[in-house]
Order: sequence, then structure tokens, then C-alpha cells
Amino acid sequence: MDLFATALPALGQAWALILQPDVLGHLVLGVVMGLAVGVFPGLGGIAGLSLLLPFMFGMDPILGLALMVGMVAVVPTSDTFASVLMGIPGSSASQATVLDGFPLAKKGQAARALSAAFTSSLFGGLVGAAFLTLFIVVARPLVLAFGLPEMLMISVLGLSMVAVLAGRVALKGLAAAGLGMLIGTIGEADAGGSLRMASYDIPYLTDGLKLVIVGLGIFAVPEIVSLLRQDRSIAKDAKLGAGWGEGVKDWVANKWLSVRCSLIGVVVGVIPGLGGSVVDWIAYGHAVQTTKDKSQFGKGEIRGVIGPESSNNAKEGGGLVPTLLFGIPGSGSMAIFIGAIALLGSGDIEVGPSMLRDNLDITYSIVWLLALANVVGTVLCIAASGGIAKLTTIRFTFLAPFLFMLISFAAFQSGQNFEDILALFVIGLIGIFLRRFDWSRPAFLIGFVLSNPVEKFSNQAFQIASFRFRSSFSDGMDYIFSPIVIVLLIITVVSVVLGLRQAKSIMAEGDVQSGSKRSPIVFLLVLMAYVVTALINANMIPDYNMTDKIVPLIVGGVTVTALLILLAQMILRPETDTIFADKEMAGEDADAPYGLWSTLAWFAGLIAATYVLGFILALTGFFVSFLRVRAQAPWPKTLILTAAGIALMCVMAGALNRDFPPGLLQGVVDLPWPLK
Amino acid sequence: MTIKQLATSVAAAALLASPALAEVDFAGKTVEWVIPFSETGGSARWANFFAPLLSQELPGNPTVVVKFMPGAGSTKGANWFQEQEYEDGTLLFGTSGSTQFPYLLGDPRVRYEYADWTPVMASGTGGVAYLNPTDGAQFDGSANALKDIDFIYGSQGATRLDLVPLLAWEMLGMNVEPVFGIKGRGDGRLMFERGEATIDYQTSSAYLSASAELVEQGKAVPMMTWGALDTDGNIVRDPTFPEIATFKEVCEATEGCETSGEAWDAWKAFFVAGFPVQKIAFLPAGTPDDVAQTFSDAFDAVRNRDDFTTIAANQVGKYEVFVGEGALNATNTGTTVSPDAKAYVQNWLQESYGVSLN
Repeated sequence: MDLFATALPALGQAWALILQPDVLGHLVLGVVMGLAVGVFPGLGGIAGLSLLLPFMFGMDPILGLALMVGMVAVVPTSDTFASVLMGIPGSSASQATVLDGFPLAKKGQAARALSAAFTSSLFGGLVGAAFLTLFIVVARPLVLAFGLPEMLMISVLGLSMVAVLAGRVALKGLAAAGLGMLIGTIGEADAGGSLRMASYDIPYLTDGLKLVIVGLGIFAVPEIVSLLRQDRSIAKDAKLGAGWGEGVKDWVANKWLSVRCSLIGVVVGVIPGLGGSVVDWIAYGHAVQTTKDKSQFGKGEIRGVIGPESSNNAKEGGGLVPTLLFGIPGSGSMAIFIGAIALLGSGDIEVGPSMLRDNLDITYSIVWLLALANVVGTVLCIAASGGIAKLTTIRFTFLAPFLFMLISFAAFQSGQNFEDILALFVIGLIGIFLRRFDWSRPAFLIGFVLSNPVEKFSNQAFQIASFRFRSSFSDGMDYIFSPIVIVLLIITVVSVVLGLRQAKSIMAEGDVQSGSKRSPIVFLLVLMAYVVTALINANMIPDYNMTDKIVPLIVGGVTVTALLILLAQMILRPETDTIFADKEMAGEDADAPYGLWSTLAWFAGLIAATYVLGFILALTGFFVSFLRVRAQAPWPKTLILTAAGIALMCVMAGALNRDFPPGLLQGVVDLPWPLK
Repeated sequence: MTIKQLATSVAAAALLASPALAEVDFAGKTVEWVIPFSETGGSARWANFFAPLLSQELPGNPTVVVKFMPGAGSTKGANWFQEQEYEDGTLLFGTSGSTQFPYLLGDPRVRYEYADWTPVMASGTGGVAYLNPTDGAQFDGSANALKDIDFIYGSQGATRLDLVPLLAWEMLGMNVEPVFGIKGRGDGRLMFERGEATIDYQTSSAYLSASAELVEQGKAVPMMTWGALDTDGNIVRDPTFPEIATFKEVCEATEGCETSGEAWDAWKAFFVAGFPVQKIAFLPAGTPDDVAQTFSDAFDAVRNRDDFTTIAANQVGKYEVFVGEGALNATNTGTTVSPDAKAYVQNWLQESYGVSLN
């Protein structure tokens, strides 16, 4: 194969290409920017790359690539900070890290968790880069072999991870995943354009809910509110601890897990359309399945950190394969990457098959840049960790307004509608109650993320299969049951069986006490009401648009069945049963000095004030009143923190060239930026 | 020269000079170019390509930034733009075929009116349809031998740009089953490469960058282009693909397909809106003529750059860029369809795909 003959020299040329001071300088600059983007909760590679786009036009290709690859590579490393230290996913790729990383930080082992995570990230990133090198030569036929049935099976495999994350009551996990899927179907259907639980009178809903909002709402809002109610610093023993060496040792002890999860990351990353949001869950599920003593998961099991962190860096290398080889983005950030490459230089670098033929040296320089960026990123993260970790020593009440500010801004950036913030609040409320009553939030999120792929691939695969069956039966069978599908099917079945056996020992929410019957049943009835409404709504779609109604009907049917069985169990069982788990009965939430509603009212107040005054004015008022009243801060401190918050917001928005949510006031009076 | 004459000439000179003094100047300002799509689509590429060039040509060299306002298939952004009024000429808006189609079809979400806005630049693209090699062997310049074959086509939706190819194939009497729900034409091409889809079309730049290679390797057979418009509004061969016949030619050669009548008129109306006048840059309602003229001149200077053909070929294709009067005419052709054509397409969508827009 002549590619091999040309590949090795090109690999050397590529190395020479990037070993120039200004290329390395741009790489470091990209890494630093990626670090900043990753540290802020909710902002990921998409936001970061969008920020770079305007500078790419006509830029020297190799410099532009250094900048972008530096940023893409470091986000999954630096997003660990938010996950471990604050319990908020730094980006969608590190949601699973929260489950065990945050409990470790609470135990005062933040340094251990971080160093294990960084080591895993570094290793995963290098594995990703190595595989990219190999895949560039051999992957084309393999990736092309992934048709719709294969994509569907990969999505189903992702869904099967619900089994292991379902928690102590499997039916609750199933129902949570079903609810997540139903919420994922809200809006205009891809296939026929029918509306599900939406109306053209509320244009916001026709686009469906964004992952950023659901992710922040389900994971960040409940944690922020809960910590705020307890009114103390995040880590009880606020030091990072001296666990740096221990974390590395942890990684060495679990190096094979890290290898396997890196491979999972690469493979999931390679498959276009699946996106990076599931890879950490699959890796987490795998880490649980392969661990003998599962009792520590959800309470601070280091393997629960090593698995996802190995996979989420590796997926960037994998994600570059379809991006560079076929011009098909494997994720949202890769889509922007493609657009940016077209802007570089004189616009003659075109991703796709021609890239391997005409720009093999550029292609390989991307590989080198990726590997190098991972190393630089890890070093910088370790160097900066002391400063960033000091955040956790602060009394949480002083941190909370900044976090409310950041998540509101991040949510608003997803669609630039006021409704984005409103949706964040509503989803946050769902998250709070899912957490309180021990319904698996990861299962909900997996359902949401995979709702669209499952619906899309099953509809399309079904249509094509029916055409094949029409021509001949064997033709159809060959199409549906390809070798890849069969392999994936077996893995899925094994994963479900193992998952169900092990799920009982994983307590994602910790050991939640049970108490009275009333609240859990009320919550169940509320969920049931929504699911039934969604079912009726889906059933009203005319039959000629069967593609738009079949998935909501089936998912809704399964969810309602699960809920009905749960209801029957709730009626029959005593109130000490685990089915009635309620965080308000005992533990941190029950002992918190502040109530849920009074705490939530602050967030609601910020949203209401934004509606009237616009974001920046509302934020100023929110900061001042929150710090004075709730935090009891003296005036000087209040004013300094308020100024810092507003300044931070303005710098971020200014750099991203974004506006803030306007309010009624802005509709009447013309105000200068940032007030407008 | 008397003092009076002197005074008169000074006054005249002052009068002559005053338009120059009042000339539009954007020094130190930032022009925002709002695109109602996400950062990843063709419109983003189009605006990102023009923005820095425009900045060089506008008086005072303002910064031109592209802002994205995606949602509801671009109707959200367009509805927003409808509510904007002229302030100081620092707001520009870009639409594409996906904004025009809902407008032409009477989508209930549309609350914007193209006639209110001031077009300053319009540009287009073309499209090429191609077949798999097996069925392509049956293609002889007409679709006569293709009528008994069941084709599968990965489609973004019958109300999107895919309306043009789907209607064309139907007029040729071909049986093309669309598999709806793909996110972009790139996904459609991948489906075609895997053999799941057996017919496909791509816009010009995408065809050149990926599908042309399939043709070279014998994995695809080009069928037809949608063509291009000459100055009189006739469909002629696409300048980018002069060797490929147009749909008009194929239709004329195919039994039962007519290049006149309501089906043809409807197809042509939507083709014009979707391809030759696909992307338009607008200033908001109430823009004074001198500001519109300034933008128009700036775009004119951009398209007359010596290197424009070279840099544009890679970014937006070798298609004409209309400015000023030309952009206005193009916008009128691209945003009006006869009530008959509209009714025909609405009815066809309802009957063939069960799509109702009410």
C-alpha cells in the first residue's frame, strides 16, 4: 500500500513543521484558552472554537491548527476541575466524572482525584493521537461500514448503560431514562416535522431543548442549590491534600482500565453523529462492570474518575478521524473545526478524502499537535490547580452568585433566548426532585442525549430495511444483521445483564434514607401526568406521519408501565422501603439551615429581574442583595465581589462577542452595551 | 470676478462638497452581520468569507463581525430582523434558501416580509444530481429507462431545499423514496457512499469537494445539474459544470416530462429561490438610500477584486454576485412565486408526503 510508503516520511515532515517557536507559541496559547473555557462550567469546546473562528480567516494554516487543536485537546482535561471541585460538569464530556470525583473532593481527596484524572486524561489523549495516526491509514473502510443499523445499535448500546446506572430500584432508572427520552423528543420531529409537546405559538419549544441546558439543569442546579442550603465551603476539609502522588499511583494500579476506556473513547469518537456526550457514561459503566467491589461507586471510587477521564480525551483523537477523512463531524465542536479549516490560509485545505492525498503532512501535524497539546495541557492544569482549587475553600455562599451567573449565561448562549434561562430553571427543578427522591439523573441524561439518535436511526434504518425486504428477504436480513450489528447486539445484552446485577450496589446519590410515603408518591404522580400528556399528544399526530409518533408512543408506553408498577409497589410496601428514598428525611439536605424554596427563590428572582431589567442590571441587583442579605457580607466585600462578577461577565461576553439577555426595559430605552 | 460671483461659486462649491462631507463613514464602528443559522452551516461560511473583505471596502474600515442566531430553521432570526429598524447602518442580515422557502410556502412561523428589507448583495449556487453506477448505466440523457427503478434518497425534509430535487425526479416519472431526517447533505452523501441511498444531490461546492471524486472512481454517475439563470431568466448550463446536462434538457428528452405548464413553473420558481438567488444580504427596513448605496458599492468593490474569482472558487463557488439593482432584481425573483406555483407545491407536499403547513 503506497500510503504506508508515503506515511512515514510525512510523519517526519509533520514533526518538523510544528517544531517552530511560533507554532508552539500558538499551541500554548490555544491550550491556555482551552483551559479557561474548560474550567467554566457548561462552556465546552464548541464555545471555545466559536470564539476562535473570527481569527481564522487567512491565518497561516499550521498556526491556526495549533491554536484550535490546542484548545480542543485541553478542554476534556481542564473541565475536570469543575467536575471534581464543584460537582458541576465542566463540559458535556465530563458528566460522569462528577459522580465519583466530587465525593472524593468532599472527602478532602481532591488532589488525588485531580492527579488521577489528569494522568488518565494525558494517557487517553496520547492513545487518541496514536490511534488517529493508525486510523488515518486503515480506518476508511471500517468507518464506511457503519450504516444506519450499526449506528442504531451503538445508540442502543449507549442506552443499555442505563441498566447499570439505574440505581437501587431498576424501574426508577428505566422510568428516568424514558422521561429523558420523552423530553428529548420535544419539538419539531426530524423526519416529518410534526410538533411534539410544542406549539408554533411558542417558537422556543419547536427547536427542542439544548443539551447544555438539560445538562446544567439536571446536574449543576441541584448541586448548587443543595450546597447553598448547607451554607459552608464545598470541601469540608478544604485542602487539596497531598494526594498528587497517590493519584498517579491509583492510575498505575488501574492502567488496564485506563487502556480499555481510552479505546472505548477512540471508538465512540470515531463514529460520527453519536457525539462525545455518551462516551464518559459508557466508560463509567464499563468501570463499574469491571470492578469487584462496587460499594464505593458514587461515594468516591477512584476508578469512576479514571474511566471517564481516560475516555473523554481519547475521543478527541477518535473524533478527528471522520472529521479529517470524510469531512463528517463526529461532534458539535468538530463541526466548527471543519468550518474553521476552510477559512485557513487561502482556503485550499479541504477536509475529506482529498486531505490525505494532498495534505498528508498537515494531517499528521494535527496528530502531533494533539499529542503535544495533551502534554502541555496536563502540565498547565497541574501547575494551575493550586490556584483553581482555592475556590473550594471559599464559603459556598460567596461562590453561589458567580455560579448562578455563569450557568445563566451559559444557558443563554445556547440559543440566545430569554426562554433558555427559564428552561434552565424548569429543568433544574426536575433535577432537584430527581435527586431528592433518588431517581437516577445519569439515566435521565442518557435518555435525553440518545433520544434523537435512537429515533432518527431507527426510523431511517426501518425505512431502508423495508425497501430491502421488498427486493428480497435475504437482502433485508443481510442489511439488518450485519456482522457489526451482531457483535454490538451481543455486547449490549451482556452489558444489560451484568448492569442489572450490579446496579443495586451503585448509589449515584449516596445512601438515601427512606421516610414518609406522601412526597415520593406525589412526585411519581406528577411524572405520570407529564408522560400521559406526552402520550396523548403524540397519539394526536396523524398516522401518515408515523415516523414522528412511533418513538414517543413506545417510549411513553414503557415509561407509563414502569411508573404504574412503581405506583403499585409504593402502595403495597412499607414506608421504610428503599423505593421511598427521600433526601429531605435525613442527611445533608435535611440538616441544611436553609429551605429549598427560599434558596430557589433567589435564582427565580434573578430570572424575573432579568425579564424586566435585562441581565446585567438584574445581576448587579442580585449580587448586592444576595451578598448583603443571604451572605451577610459587609458593604466593601459586597461591592468588590459584585464588581468582580460583572467585570468577569463583560470580559467573557466581550471576548465571545455575545449579547446579554435583554429585558422589558431594553425594549423601551436604548442603552449602551453591556446594558443593552 | 465680482464678489457676488465669488460668493456664488463658493456657495456652489460648498453645496457640491456637502454630500461628500455627509458621506457615510463607519470609522471606529462595528458592523454586525447576523446569520439566522448556527456556526457550522453554509451560510456561516458565506458570511465569514465576505465579512473581512467587506470590512476592507466599507468607508472607515469598520470591524465586521458575524453573529449567529439559529432557531426554527432560520425563521426565528428572520422574525427578529423584521422587528429591527434602521439606526446607523451597522446591522446586516443574511438569509438563505431555507429562509425563503418557508416564506414562499406560507409557513405559519413566518412573521417576516422580504419586501420590507433592503437587499444589498445576493449570490447563488448550483446543484448536481447523481446516480449509483448500476442504475447510472441505464441513464442515456433521459429518464425513460429509470422509471421502473425504486430509488432511495437521504433527505433533510420535503419543505427544505430538497423540494427542488424531489419535485424534479417526480416530474421525470422516477420513483424516489426519500428517507427523511438527515441533518445535512453531507450525511446524504455518506448514505450514498454506503449504498444505503441510491440517488443523491449536492450543492456545487460540496459536489466538487467530495462527490466529484466518487464520479472519478466510478462509484457515481452524474445525472443532471439544476442549471443556472442567464440575464433574461432562462435556464442554461451551469458555468461550473458545463459538461453536465441540465434538468431542463433531461426533462425535454424524457417522455411525459414537460418544460411548460404548472408543474414546470412551480419547479422553476422554487429552483430560482433555492439556487441562483440562494443567499441575500439585507439592511433593515427604513435604510436611507445613501447607506444602501455605500454597502452596495463596497460589495461591488469586493466582487471586482483581482483575486476574487480565485478566493471565491474555494469558498462560495464560481457563481455571480449581484449588487445594487441586480441584488434587488434577484431578490424579487427569489422571493416571489405565483399563487399557482405556491398552491401546486403545497398540494404536492400534502399529497406525496402528508406535509401540511397550516
